Amino acid sequence: MMDFALAFVVGGLMCMLAQLALDLTEMNPAMLMVVFVSLGAVASGLGLYAPLVEIAGAGASIPLPAFGHALVEGIGQDVDQYGPLGILSGGLRATAVGLTVAILSGYLMAIVFTPKG
Amino acid sequence: MPKATGRETAAYQRMIVASKPKRPLAENLVWAFVVGGAICLVGQGVKNIIMKAEGLTPTEAGPPTVGVMIFLGALFTGLGVYDRLARFGGMGANLPITGFANAIVAPAMEYQREGLVLGVSARMFTVAGPVIVHAVVVAVIVGTLSHFVGK
Repeated sequence: MMDFALAFVVGGLMCMLAQLALDLTEMNPAMLMVVFVSLGAVASGLGLYAPLVEIAGAGASIPLPAFGHALVEGIGQDVDQYGPLGILSGGLRATAVGLTVAILSGYLMAIVFTPKG
Repeated sequence: MPKATGRETAAYQRMIVASKPKRPLAENLVWAFVVGGAICLVGQGVKNIIMKAEGLTPTEAGPPTVGVMIFLGALFTGLGVYDRLARFGGMGANLPITGFANAIVAPAMEYQREGLVLGVSARMFTVAGPVIVHAVVVAVIVGTLSHFVGK
């Protein structure tokens, strides 16, 4: 039960922070998505994001900063395994499942459904 | 250029109204928290099910969980549910990975009429493209720094 509570609270707080930025700055949702994904990558590099995922589970791995974090972690893993070339391979390898599902299901849904109104 | 139908005009008017600040900040924050938290709660449920069913560790269950959530986000966008959720959830609906899926499917559907290549396929990346570009660029910079400088 604890894992659900932590996922809700941490995930909710991250979204609240993004909402605060949306309401108080000139940035639009698309820009904020870019900002948060970049912040996730930076936080990951500083070693801050992995502990958050450890604590909050999906509360940290479902919001967009997790995408930046996954890329950085993947780079780290590939660098350990293949050397410096891993900098170029690890990011997209680690996020391949998400990106492939996103492209496939995006294409599928856009063909199957027609926009209403 | 085709004239806008009454429906399109109404939709545009709704968009204008929706883009104007109308709710107090506190209310927006609460809804973002509740909607974003609820989506992560569902994510945790999906993760737990995958871990149990496949006997995976939390780390191993990460990518398939994200995959399922992206599919769900795309599906509910197709069904027209997700955009309604985003209207009151704000960043609570946009920031989770399901919002990333929404950002792919919504414009792809909207530009269906312009064809599969320049309509659906190109427009899929109107928002997702910049997100992927920045994620890759920043991650490569961070990865390079931590390999050659830090740690």
